[in-house]
Amino acid sequence: MNVTVLFVALFGAILIWFALLRKLKSKSWLVKGVISEDGFAAVPPQRVGLWIFLGVVTSLFALFMIIYSERARFPDWRPIVDPQLLWFNTALLVVASLALQRARNAASRNALSSIRTNLSVGGIFTFGFLIGQVVAWRELTGTGHFFATNPADAFFYLLTGLHGLHLLGGLYVWAKTMTNAWREPDLDDIRPAAALQLSVQLCSFYWHYLLLLWLMLFYLLLST
Amino acid sequence: MAYAAIADRDHEQHLHDPQTFITKYVWSQDHKVIAVQYAITAIGVGLVAMILSSMFRLQLGFPESFSLVSPEDYYQYVTMHGMIMVIYLLTALFLGGFGNYLIPLMCGARDMVFPYMNMLSYWVYLLSVIVLMCSFFISGGPTGAGWTLYPPQAISPGTPGVDGGIVLMLASLALFIVAFTMGGLNYVTTVLQARCRGMTLMRMPLSIWGIFVATILGLLAFPALLVAAIMMLLDRLIGTSFFMPEMLAMGETTAYNDGSPILFQHLFWFFGHPEVYIVALPAFGMVSDVLATHARKNIFGYRMMVWAIVAIGGLSFVVWAHHMYVSGMNPYFGFFFATTTLIIAVPTALKVYNWVLTLWRGDIHLTVPMLFAIGFIFTFTHGGLTGLFLGNVTVDLPLSDTYFVIGHFHMVMGVSPVLVLFAAIYHWYPKITGRMFNDTLGKWHFWCTLLGTYSLYLPMHYLGLLGVPRRYYAYGTDFMPDSAQTLNSGITVAAIFVALSQIFFFINMIWSLRHGKPAGGNPWNATTLEWQTPDTPPKHGNWGDKLPVVHRWAYDYSVPGEQQDFVPQTEPPHEGVVSGRDHGKHH
Repeated sequence: MNVTVLFVALFGAILIWFALLRKLKSKSWLVKGVISEDGFAAVPPQRVGLWIFLGVVTSLFALFMIIYSERARFPDWRPIVDPQLLWFNTALLVVASLALQRARNAASRNALSSIRTNLSVGGIFTFGFLIGQVVAWRELTGTGHFFATNPADAFFYLLTGLHGLHLLGGLYVWAKTMTNAWREPDLDDIRPAAALQLSVQLCSFYWHYLLLLWLMLFYLLLST
Repeated sequence: MAYAAIADRDHEQHLHDPQTFITKYVWSQDHKVIAVQYAITAIGVGLVAMILSSMFRLQLGFPESFSLVSPEDYYQYVTMHGMIMVIYLLTALFLGGFGNYLIPLMCGARDMVFPYMNMLSYWVYLLSVIVLMCSFFISGGPTGAGWTLYPPQAISPGTPGVDGGIVLMLASLALFIVAFTMGGLNYVTTVLQARCRGMTLMRMPLSIWGIFVATILGLLAFPALLVAAIMMLLDRLIGTSFFMPEMLAMGETTAYNDGSPILFQHLFWFFGHPEVYIVALPAFGMVSDVLATHARKNIFGYRMMVWAIVAIGGLSFVVWAHHMYVSGMNPYFGFFFATTTLIIAVPTALKVYNWVLTLWRGDIHLTVPMLFAIGFIFTFTHGGLTGLFLGNVTVDLPLSDTYFVIGHFHMVMGVSPVLVLFAAIYHWYPKITGRMFNDTLGKWHFWCTLLGTYSLYLPMHYLGLLGVPRRYYAYGTDFMPDSAQTLNSGITVAAIFVALSQIFFFINMIWSLRHGKPAGGNPWNATTLEWQTPDTPPKHGNWGDKLPVVHRWAYDYSVPGEQQDFVPQTEPPHEGVVSGRDHGKHH
């Protein structure tokens, strides 16, 4: 609960402080003539879009976590023994995130072959994570914990499922980035390279976010 | 980096202009077309909601004379009326309609930064409307749970529409939220990224400020509704017990155990209260621009207005539990929320003062949009004041679930935003269509609507003080004195009158499309960018070959020493004219 509130507060504070309050102090209407503001114009809109989208996702999961902690206090809550497999899955996701970070570093050096390798590794390990999550579900149903058996079970499937859906959405973008990375590079044109670099950066950012989110969810699932 | 939205146009880009009818008007990625699509859909579904309200008002006003509406119908109509009006009309029209139309034009962009996603946003919205409308045609009909959809009764046997209606309602809400998120990402990113040269944040018209902050609120608050909808769907379809307590239904024990309906209420109102401001903030912004333009005066206290919008937006997240005073909460909890609720009155009152001070000694032109804008100041002040009553726990307890509440929220969140919508539609109609509307019809529309709604909602406050509860199908003389029932009939007459007087509006809009006088580019002599486009209505790409450059704020009306009583934002400073103060000149 406290962690969640902190998480939301931090994210919100950063967004609001940088995006808004700094600008609100200016009195640009008192000045006539063209003036330009520093800051946002230089950031690609896709990146700003992703930040805002992650704000929405943060709000969504923070609310789920708050409701989870509240619901867990009711007497009918029967904590489940989380499958040990989750630790292994977590490791897979960490590797995926690291690989995408390496792809990002490679993109800033324009090292195409390294981008390709690391992107592939990241994707494959993410698929591994998702398959692992499904196996964990099978393990739970095997021991008689179905979706509606107990709120603890319901939340387990719901939260892991939603997190998985967000990863699937990420994999869709990852697939598009892969096709870009495998297209023959046109050395005359600098734009495709910049576009690929941006895609890789955004993918890695999204993966780090989903890893952080997973760690928090995992902590929450373990602790209750 | 130059994006399409803020780049001067080269030859290559012309090739991407839509060519066929389908890409131009149906699968369009042009923000102006999407805005009109949003607006027509929202107004269409709003008409359905208005007809529903007329029908249940007939039942309430004359319970013995009409047998149009059965008790089940009554609950279904009230529910659908509320949900459609709040979400599918107001939210969609303010943000999907006006947000889409105004943001790129007022910020000086060619389009939204993600046009494809913008198109997708409309089509998913349309899908959500269709799913919702489908619930009228399934067995059992739409849900009759009340627009707040409180469990356990929303998904318990006995409530109308428990079989399919509630499922379609929740699915439709989830779709709407997806659509809104796609649109909202666009609105926020466009405001942050695609403003033209010189358009700093603190030079933006207040319309954009209102829409911008409202969108941020929506992006953070709608997830709460999504969480609630998903979990209630699971309770209904799979039999989980997130919200459903252990209980008897129709004499039989249900399979649910120990879920918490109060959790749903918290989630619902964590969305529901910001939702009020998702609707109100764009209205605040647009009414400011209409007032300044037609009073030929700069808006009073521009920065205070911006800060108030931001402050109201922030505060709106910490007042939600004032909708739940009767849920048996800890008194300290209630005290906290009563305090925050009263604090929010401060920035709101600031805005009202500033609107009035903008009018003070202005050169007021009583055009149709101006009439609606001034009407808004009255209805909003009225609705806001009764909000102060209801914000106090001790006053709220006896008034809760009475007609006082109905009167309050229709005044503050029904009539007021709708008056602004009309003001905005009349104000921007010449730009959207290139033609003027009929002035006489517009004035008839205004006076009938304003007087009609006052005679509709003022008596409701009195009924509420008498203790007449809401959500009753028929009162009869056992519950209510004759005089109160007579008043209730009068309210129904007023409601039908208001509904019928909207015919003026529709005739005007459709007739003027063909026969209105050509408007010219800037019929109101306004300063903001959308009135300075090379074409009216603006073509695809908005600005011809060159993007506009902004030299001043949006409110240079009646500037001393200028030849005209307005100076467009694109006008460079003149030689020899002393420009403002020197702040920030050394940027």
